[in-house]
Amino acid sequence: MSINRRQFLRRAGMLTALGFGGAVAFTGFRKKEVAEAAEYSLKQKAVLATRWAMVVDMSKFKTEDDFNRVTEACHRLHNVPDFKNTKDEIKWIWKDDYHHSFAGGHNQYLDEHIVHSPFMVLCNHCENPPCVKACPTQATFKRRDGIVAMDFHRCIGCRFCMAACPFGARSFNFKDPRPFINEVSPEYPTRTAGVVEKCNFCYERLAKGEQPACVEKSNGGLIFGDLDNPNSEVRKIVSTKFTIRRKPELGTQPCVYYLVGGDDHA
Amino acid sequence: MYKGGKIIASLIIFVGLLTIPFFYNMGKVNAGPEINLDTPAILALAPADQQCVESPEVMKANHMQLLNQWREAAVRDGQSVYINSQGKSFEISLQNTCLNCHSTEAEKASVTGGMSNPAFGSTQFCASCHDYNAVQPLCYTCHIGSKEAAK
Repeated sequence: MSINRRQFLRRAGMLTALGFGGAVAFTGFRKKEVAEAAEYSLKQKAVLATRWAMVVDMSKFKTEDDFNRVTEACHRLHNVPDFKNTKDEIKWIWKDDYHHSFAGGHNQYLDEHIVHSPFMVLCNHCENPPCVKACPTQATFKRRDGIVAMDFHRCIGCRFCMAACPFGARSFNFKDPRPFINEVSPEYPTRTAGVVEKCNFCYERLAKGEQPACVEKSNGGLIFGDLDNPNSEVRKIVSTKFTIRRKPELGTQPCVYYLVGGDDHA
Repeated sequence: MYKGGKIIASLIIFVGLLTIPFFYNMGKVNAGPEINLDTPAILALAPADQQCVESPEVMKANHMQLLNQWREAAVRDGQSVYINSQGKSFEISLQNTCLNCHSTEAEKASVTGGMSNPAFGSTQFCASCHDYNAVQPLCYTCHIGSKEAAK
């Protein structure tokens, strides 16, 4: 009993076809029924905008405590770890000096007070965010309300976004941050090693109808609102008073405005 | 067949050795995972509200797809409310919606700050099945047990 080559090929072909057909019969017809009638929606209390922006009124940031209170409120809420060294440091909102915040040609004899005062800096939630363009996995993306948000699930830790960001607003978790969080806040997840993180304008609080944590703790030093709304407070300040932004010459259109000097502001 | 007897005998011994684990475990009842559904948070709810986000059958088969959908909706689309097939609304939050019910006091105590990898010591409801099936999702490397966990 022997078969010739033609018979062998025919039988092998038939068996293969049967195998493929069988696989389809098992998996192809099985339906994935995930909650068919379900819907997604916003919370009724949610505050909405088309362009969230922030004004930092530097006249309200005078003492060390003014800065620390704001930073601490944010970092505690978002489980930002404290590594106690600048190499591993993770920061969402922090203070920096004038020359680092507003790098670029400044006047030789500038107001001494301004040059020497620290500034509250955070992610600028740019209108043209270079980090979003750099991200290969779309882990960083721009929401419809202007917030440049991160999906930590998708971040692969390539740090292209950190290189792309001209404001140094992004930090990388070189180590597992969990052991370095003093008091875990149940409101927000922690991160894992190998993930980049930054300020998210508290979108999780906006969804509940609350103001960002830093704004709440700033005693009026941080003003938050919709820049597209002519009646919002940020719009009124930006359109009537003199404000500066960080590195506007780069064309990223930052949405964090600094109110310095003029009127009773110093 | 040349040396046929020896070959067939060896084959039988080989197959026998290969199938020892199957025969060894035959007839033994395999204790399945123990799923704890009477946590204090669930018992505190009115009987009508005790059903999960969707029916148990849907949840058993599709909770992973549902969690993925929730993630997309909440993180990427900014939709923070899920309306299920019966028209009931739930806040989209693994920490504050799912794990609020699916964890007990003892587990809450074990999930506290300073724990480097709670994936294995995590909330028993999820872990009971996942351990049994040798599935190790990474949810708990970032998400925290429950609302009361840190208190």
